[in-house]
Amino acid sequence: MATEAHAAEGATGYIIHHLTPLHVGEGFWTLHLDTLFFSAALGGLFVWFFKNAAEKATSGVPGLVQNFAELMIEFVDTQVKDSFHGHSKLIAPLALTIFCWVFMWNFMDLFPVDILPLIGSVMGIDYLRVVPSTDLNATFAMSISVFCLIIFYSIKIKGPWGFAKELMFQPFGPWLLPFNLLLKLVEEIAKPISLALRLFGNLYAGELIFILIALLPWYLQPVLSFPWAIFHILIITLQAFIFMVLTVVYLSMAHEDH
Amino acid sequence: MSINATLIGQMITFALLVWFTMKYIWPPLFDSLEERKKKIADGLAAAEKGQEQVILAEKKAVNVLKDAKEQSSEIIASAQKRANELIEESKDIAKRDAERLRLAADAEIAQAIQQAKEGLRQEVADLALAAAAQILGAEIDKAKHQDIISKVANQL
Repeated sequence: MATEAHAAEGATGYIIHHLTPLHVGEGFWTLHLDTLFFSAALGGLFVWFFKNAAEKATSGVPGLVQNFAELMIEFVDTQVKDSFHGHSKLIAPLALTIFCWVFMWNFMDLFPVDILPLIGSVMGIDYLRVVPSTDLNATFAMSISVFCLIIFYSIKIKGPWGFAKELMFQPFGPWLLPFNLLLKLVEEIAKPISLALRLFGNLYAGELIFILIALLPWYLQPVLSFPWAIFHILIITLQAFIFMVLTVVYLSMAHEDH
Repeated sequence: MSINATLIGQMITFALLVWFTMKYIWPPLFDSLEERKKKIADGLAAAEKGQEQVILAEKKAVNVLKDAKEQSSEIIASAQKRANELIEESKDIAKRDAERLRLAADAEIAQAIQQAKEGLRQEVADLALAAAAQILGAEIDKAKHQDIISKVANQL
């Protein structure tokens, strides 16, 4: 259960407390410190682990760390090669970063919902939302970055005029230009929005269900949270995978000249 | 649940992570993978080549063995032939030796017989002479009748 101070507010208070981020600032200039901290820490962990493996990388018999890193590299590389046919130095590392980072964000969901906030409250932090992917800012930051890359590569590969032509003349030809433009703009803008909202929605809902389970009597909690956690292992991996694959697919579409 | 400056912070973090991965993580790991792939491919090719060489060497060995067998049987055959010849030769030599020895012995025997005959003849002549001398007494001169006695003796 939540800290004693908030227990009095009942179930709603408990849920709201759990979904409120640790923040500073006002209006747009609010910073969600927990999101920033945890995603940076997890990113650091990812970079540290893979840097470690990369430094010791040999073409001989690999160690345990290198083996795992290579497994991930092979996996991502296969996915990238399956859907992306151009040559790019960015896309495969980007896909690896997205997969690992999103997976680690999502993995925070599998920690018991109260344990980290409890540790936080002991340290004097009242609010702590530990799963970065339940923060729209985190998912949108990633999807908008991907969107910028899509636009950048579209213009770089097809040229400004080629990209504009694609927006204006497809799919129905030059006579339906406004309609084409509208359709294409919606299609392009739907990409980052769907990427961000899919990840956010899945993880937010998952976290919410964990919180709801935590509100039940103690003897019911394991019965429900255990299967949900197992199911969640699938979800967090799948969401990370979907984000990565869609990023690669969108970027390969940006690379294709029609 | 509002969009705020956290977004910008997250984008910066994301950009840094992607940059770092692209610069320091992906290339060495990917290169080591590629290098290992190449090593394995080379190793497999070398193994295949080695196997081919083994097969070739086996064929060669079989040929060499066959040649050696043929040669050895030839050698054995010629050796046997030679041995037979030697046996025949030595048989001939032995036969010839035996013949020669027999002839020598025969000659010796003949000589011995001759000598014995000579001796006997001499003795008979001596005896006859002695007998004649005793019969004739002093009348017969030994020196005078030597020729006659010798002739008689030779007629024996």
